Amino acid sequence: MLRRLWAHGPIRWSSLLLLLLLVLVVGAPWFGTLLPDAMDPANANLPMFTRALFNDLSGDSYEHLFLLGTDAMGRDLWSRMLYGGRISLTVGAVVALFSLLLGSLVGLVSGYFRRVDMLLMRCMDGLMAIPAMIFAISLVAIFGARLSTLLVAITIPEIPRVARLVRSVVLGVREEAYVEAAVALATPTLKILRRHILPNAIAPLIIQGTYICAAAILIESSLSFLGLGLSAEEATWGSIMAEGRSQFNQHPNVVLLPGVLLALTVLAVNMLGDGLRDRLDPKFNKRT
Amino acid sequence: MYIFVLRRILSTIPVLGIVALIVFMMLHLAPGDPAAIIVGDNGSLADIQRVRDQLGLNESLPMQFWHWLLRLLQGDLGRSIFIPQSVVSLIGQRIGPTFSLAGLTLVFTLLLAIPLGTIAAWKRNSWLDRGLMAASAAGFSVPAFVVGYLFIWLFGLRLQWFPVQGYIPPAQSLSGWLHGLVLPALTLAMVYIALIARVTRAAVSEALTEDYIRTARSKGIAEWRVLLRHALANAAVPIVTVVGIGVALLITGVVVTETVFAIPGLGRLTVDAVLSRDFPMIQGVTLFFSFVYVVVNLLVDLSYLLLDPRIRY
Amino acid sequence: MSAIPSPNETAVPVLSVRDLSIALPPGADRPHAVANISFDVHAGRILCLLGESGSGKSILASTVMGLLPEGLRPVGGQVLLHDQDVLRYSPEAMRAIRGSQVAMVFQEPMTALNPVMSCGAQVDEVLRQHTALDRAGRRARVLEIFQHVRLPEPQRIYDSFPHQLSGGQRQRIVIAMALILKPALLICDEPTTALDVTTQAEILKLIRDLQAENGTAVLFITHDFGVVAEIADEVVVLQLGQMIEHGSKEQVLTAPREDYTRSLLDAVLELEPAQRPELPHSYPLLEVQHLFKTYETRRWPAKPRIVNAVDDISLRLHAGETIGIVGESGSGKSTFARCVARLIEPSAGDIFSDGRSVARASVRDLRPFRQVVQVVFQDPYRSLNPRQTVGESIIEGPLNFGVPRAQAWAAAEELMRLVRMKPEALRRYPSEFSGGQRQRISIARALACKPKVLIADEAVSALDVSVQAQILQLLDDIQRELRIGILFITHDLRVASRICDRIVVLHQGKVVEEGPARNLFTAPQSDYTRLLMAAAPGRAYRFARSSAAPSVLVDA
Repeated sequence: MLRRLWAHGPIRWSSLLLLLLLVLVVGAPWFGTLLPDAMDPANANLPMFTRALFNDLSGDSYEHLFLLGTDAMGRDLWSRMLYGGRISLTVGAVVALFSLLLGSLVGLVSGYFRRVDMLLMRCMDGLMAIPAMIFAISLVAIFGARLSTLLVAITIPEIPRVARLVRSVVLGVREEAYVEAAVALATPTLKILRRHILPNAIAPLIIQGTYICAAAILIESSLSFLGLGLSAEEATWGSIMAEGRSQFNQHPNVVLLPGVLLALTVLAVNMLGDGLRDRLDPKFNKRT
Repeated sequence: MYIFVLRRILSTIPVLGIVALIVFMMLHLAPGDPAAIIVGDNGSLADIQRVRDQLGLNESLPMQFWHWLLRLLQGDLGRSIFIPQSVVSLIGQRIGPTFSLAGLTLVFTLLLAIPLGTIAAWKRNSWLDRGLMAASAAGFSVPAFVVGYLFIWLFGLRLQWFPVQGYIPPAQSLSGWLHGLVLPALTLAMVYIALIARVTRAAVSEALTEDYIRTARSKGIAEWRVLLRHALANAAVPIVTVVGIGVALLITGVVVTETVFAIPGLGRLTVDAVLSRDFPMIQGVTLFFSFVYVVVNLLVDLSYLLLDPRIRY
Repeated sequence: MSAIPSPNETAVPVLSVRDLSIALPPGADRPHAVANISFDVHAGRILCLLGESGSGKSILASTVMGLLPEGLRPVGGQVLLHDQDVLRYSPEAMRAIRGSQVAMVFQEPMTALNPVMSCGAQVDEVLRQHTALDRAGRRARVLEIFQHVRLPEPQRIYDSFPHQLSGGQRQRIVIAMALILKPALLICDEPTTALDVTTQAEILKLIRDLQAENGTAVLFITHDFGVVAEIADEVVVLQLGQMIEHGSKEQVLTAPREDYTRSLLDAVLELEPAQRPELPHSYPLLEVQHLFKTYETRRWPAKPRIVNAVDDISLRLHAGETIGIVGESGSGKSTFARCVARLIEPSAGDIFSDGRSVARASVRDLRPFRQVVQVVFQDPYRSLNPRQTVGESIIEGPLNFGVPRAQAWAAAEELMRLVRMKPEALRRYPSEFSGGQRQRISIARALACKPKVLIADEAVSALDVSVQAQILQLLDDIQRELRIGILFITHDLRVASRICDRIVVLHQGKVVEEGPARNLFTAPQSDYTRLLMAAAPGRAYRFARSSAAPSVLVDA
């Protein structure tokens, strides 16, 4: 199975890219980085591949290769991008995981127990009517910009989509003759759900999970870009770009480089999702 | 048919009710006193008291919701805390730029995405199809603010084809209005085009496998007719559905795009409200955006009546 | 059929297929979809291409239409239409003759029409493409052909959408579309297979009448010997892409030269009650009293609509007895089966199993009943969980009733022998088996619970005739061995006649006629039963038969 997936070009390349990114981000201290918030105003706006003497505000001083140059406050762009990636990947993974778990639960209950279906689905419709970004913004404004708030704020709007997906799988499979056969064989309801219905939802859920991961990374970076995300000192791809805006005309690299990395990451996640969809579920061809 | 219309219109009521409840609860579920949250860390006790009175926070929670809902039904979204105006009139002032932007985006999207998606489905697995789908994956992955800055850098700064900041109302100069909106609308359209092109491709390819396509071809009719009258016509319902759902993406994009291009619209209003913790304003725009989403999707569902006779009869 | 002129041997045939071979994509189970096929179809004659699934008969039709699916290509031979090789035609030239000189009628009338276009407009497209008529002229022509294919109220039908019409009416629209320009060649790909038997008889008559009237050459694809007997002049028998036999209808049906043709003919069921042993008197295993199932659509604010899917049905099933429930689509036979199996709850009436009422029992109280009554479903491709091995599916029931795993597995191996499959099959997945094999597995699964009653809901309808005969034989043998009662739901009177002791004929949810199979077939009491019997294709034909009963092979 895994070998079959690996043979698919886009799946192979996107997972390799994501793996590389993961290694870089987790092992950031070992890849020629300084602390992300270490600054030296004397070294502001260095061009790429500059070797310079860096005077930390705490008084330390050392020579450093600034791979991608520095920003207006003399912070190393490469270091900030790697450390910023930690936030993006965490948000993507955690949001995908939790929205899949909670959404599946709601979808299963709603699809199999018709009595609560109406109520649950109306709630999901209401939640879906609030655009994800607006929901996240409001929640962050009210509860304050902590990572936990951010995760909740991005997870909740994704739940209805997962719930609907799982519900539609359940409703479709319920009608299958083999589920009726299981009923006729006196198989208990929970076992029917687990053995006969849920396995059909796994492939669509994995696929949906990658798309949610991509969307979550995008929303988080948009929030930080707008200055509504984590506090401004925390380096994230969005906040690096936001800070680079004021001198975009002179030093576009501060905005464009994190932007490209962000786009590449999201692209890799999306390609992974597309590849999985091609391989795992030829019928699940719509992205709603 | 009228029954379908009636049912569908009525079905928006519970959805809007739940939206209102969520928006209301958001503020009141927050830990601590909403008035203290609104006033912020630097507020005095007197400030807190003033806000408490203004929002009626001394009543029980269900009563507060009830009164808030009654005011809502009368079109009263409360008053901004920082600008001495009602939320409704502030939203009213900012609708123009946002709707202009969204409208132009929709035009770009439909003009580009549906033909591209249809062609990709028709020439499935050709190089053209693969190229278009790769481009769509890219369009889906590059956030609006990155696209925005790329466009500003390329078309604004390098080529100097388009202005990069601000908004000119159509009443002032129609050409200036259009000229100024091209870059933001293209930025915003990117993700939307990617989405609709994909859905069009999927829906048209699926329609092309149906038996009635074989019937149409057995009649010897021209291929473009098979594609338009038979495949695309049957793919219309899923496409329009996603156009409706995609409005959520559009709204997300509006917030970012207006910030990048300094357009004084609803998106900018939202960001400013959040930055200044203007809670009635935040609630107001959230409700407004959700309302727009619900109405658009209502219209989408009603459009099924035109697109699919099985619903009509 | 005396109106059909005999072909002039020297005349150029309308269609001449010569030595045609079509390659399958690499990796398929055989190199060619069809190989070295040759036959002629003359004006005014009907040639039937007869074969079971996988014989390549539909591929031939697509080739003549120039509509081969991607990946298939002709690698040899010619397809001559009026002496012109259409395989060499450009796509444009091919398109120009489609609809005007060659036309096609498809199997599935429910999906063959575009659901979002009015029926009139869909026929109009043919005229628009191939003629220079103006709008009014085209409309008149369409209404005329609608009249001609005996559609009621042509004006209303013109503006109707497909979903508003019945299956038979839709097939008439497709026929109208095909014949409006009086093509020289008409290809019919199983045009009546998806229709009820009474509708089938009407459509066959229509095709025959119209082709005789216009002198059309017809290439008629079917798997059904009854249909061949009704309609063919000549027959070509195909098996796995090879041409087995070619001859006149009389020759092929009454004096087949090839063993394969003979084996197919042996599997054809006759509309004649089989010899059934007398049943000893016994207490009924299952008793259904005045069963109703009512569906109410209450979509506010529309007026509620009430449909009686099952309308007052009673019966008694004894050990060793098979009762056939026969009806066309919409007769309520499947709803009845699902009520009796307690997959759905009946609205009124009662069901007794072993003297206990189960009509309104809860899921928990149904457990003993589930062990007594088991179901075999229609579609062998959907009734087994594709993610479970065959063995896991078979032992699911016994495990639910507390049988230890090892014991259940041993019993499953025994059952595989009973349904004439190898025990090794238990470790494989359903996708590795053919439709007939899967139906055997489904039967084994149902028997694993040691039921006393088996409900077979159209259990052989999706199978090829030869496989159908084997499964019926299997059910018969099992019944003799285990003395179970069988409730056999079918739309096919011939199938029912083969294995039933008693038959209940349903129409619109009501019992129209009920009685011992012998009486019903020799002296039907109701008009509806007579209509059903008269409509069965090929009933008057005496097929060649070898004396041996259909062989039941061990496969898998």
